[in-house]
Amino acid sequence: MAEPARAKPKPTPETQHFWDGTQAGELRLQRCDACANVYFPPRPFCPSCASRKVSVFKASGKGKLYSYVINHRPAAPGFTAPYAIAVVELDEGPRMMSNIIDCPQTPEALELDMKLEVAFEKLDDKITLPLFRPAKG
Amino acid sequence: MRRNQVAVVGAAETTELGVIPNMSQIQLHADAALNAIADAGLKLSDIDGIATAVETPQQIAHYLGITPTWVDGTSVGGCSFMLHVRHAAAAIEAGLCKTVLITHAESGKSMIGKLPRSTPADSLNGQFEAPFGVYGPPSMFPIPVLRYMKTYGITHEQIAMVAVAQREWAAKNPRAMMKDPITVADVLNSRMIAYPFRLLQCCLVTDGGGALILTSADRAKDFPKKPVYILGTGESVETPMVSQMETFNSSRAFKVAGPTAFKEAGITHKDVDHLMIYDAFAHLPLFGLGDLGFMPHEETGKFIADGNTRPGGKLPLNTNGGGLSYMHSGMYGMYALQESVRQMRGIAPAQVKDAKISVCHGVGGMFAASGTIIFTNEK
Ligand SMILES: [Zn+2]
Repeated sequence: MAEPARAKPKPTPETQHFWDGTQAGELRLQRCDACANVYFPPRPFCPSCASRKVSVFKASGKGKLYSYVINHRPAAPGFTAPYAIAVVELDEGPRMMSNIIDCPQTPEALELDMKLEVAFEKLDDKITLPLFRPAKG
Repeated sequence: MRRNQVAVVGAAETTELGVIPNMSQIQLHADAALNAIADAGLKLSDIDGIATAVETPQQIAHYLGITPTWVDGTSVGGCSFMLHVRHAAAAIEAGLCKTVLITHAESGKSMIGKLPRSTPADSLNGQFEAPFGVYGPPSMFPIPVLRYMKTYGITHEQIAMVAVAQREWAAKNPRAMMKDPITVADVLNSRMIAYPFRLLQCCLVTDGGGALILTSADRAKDFPKKPVYILGTGESVETPMVSQMETFNSSRAFKVAGPTAFKEAGITHKDVDHLMIYDAFAHLPLFGLGDLGFMPHEETGKFIADGNTRPGGKLPLNTNGGGLSYMHSGMYGMYALQESVRQMRGIAPAQVKDAKISVCHGVGGMFAASGTIIFTNEK
């Protein structure tokens, strides 16, 4: 029997550009053409000023560790405990939930405000997840 | 809404609390409802307004045999019942109904007749939170706490004291699930659930329910029990995605609901004799004390660690033992309201002497929603 799989996102029309981006190795955000607000998660209007004139752009993929928990039990399907569920504050402003890879999953190693950079993990032919690792240098 | 125009005239929990394997979720609703109706000295046919969450109001109305003229199915998580109280008070004042029944019940532990909860893979939570290993409230609710601690200099020991102080209250309450005394060391050495939170900083999971009966203050004096008046109310929502809160140093929903209720009540923090802050997890009383304006967030950890909220302290907080030690069926707001009503009636197991004003503050989802009700026993 196969191991239980990690919960997999199912894109919707207004989020498809984000998931196309991760597949192409890009972290894509949206910016309002009217007020310059950068926001996440994706939606076809600006949640700050309601303008429908918004653009998709490639974000730097850089950010910092805003907060996290290290989940011990129960582990979600597809995960082996303990693992950190992190919230990353992107350099462009918005925050997103993710996991931190290439780093011990310990309070000592996971220092708040540490610099992070995006890494992409392919789940299947349709979905690639944006994960983060400690930034080099 | 005007102050003191609506009163609670019936309040009761299910006959049993804890592990109730012989009752389905809807039967627990009915048990609580019938207990509250009896408490108010009413007949089922006297009820013309109904509100509930998760289960639909049509389900509960049909099961009990009620034909309402006013219905509210607001379902925003564990504080839904605070919002029901607010909406019911407005409806009674507006003349839409005369006598409202609010019910909650959950077979949280035994899972009998419990509605399934799922996160669709194409929802925003399903796309942008679930894939990263969140699995139930313990892996989500505490996500802001490390940031809060760093920002305000709050220590692990101070947050552990939330659980210790509430266990002291629970020890005075025969209906509390967990009554044995605990120390800060016990909390910090208990089983790790989701760092930084350990077992004793997470709420219980139990079966049970509760119900309230509200009517106009004019009618309330003719009821068998001492009426408890509604002095002020507030509500708001923020986001169902904990990662998308405006900041992890505060809850925007708390900061709207709490102060709205204080303003409506026309009271200051010094007037508060008794306080309930929904404690699904140990950090919530800290967020509540700060966001409701009792003190700057920098002082919340020290305030609790210094014993100000424990029995004998100057601000009695979560006097039933809270979600951490009393009970938590999955949606705790109803039990917080029940304890506020008991305190205002003067019949709480750990009664606060001469308490005249009780503030009851709730949260729903992972900081997604909030409701605050301020009660008084003086008209
Ligand atoms: Zn805009």
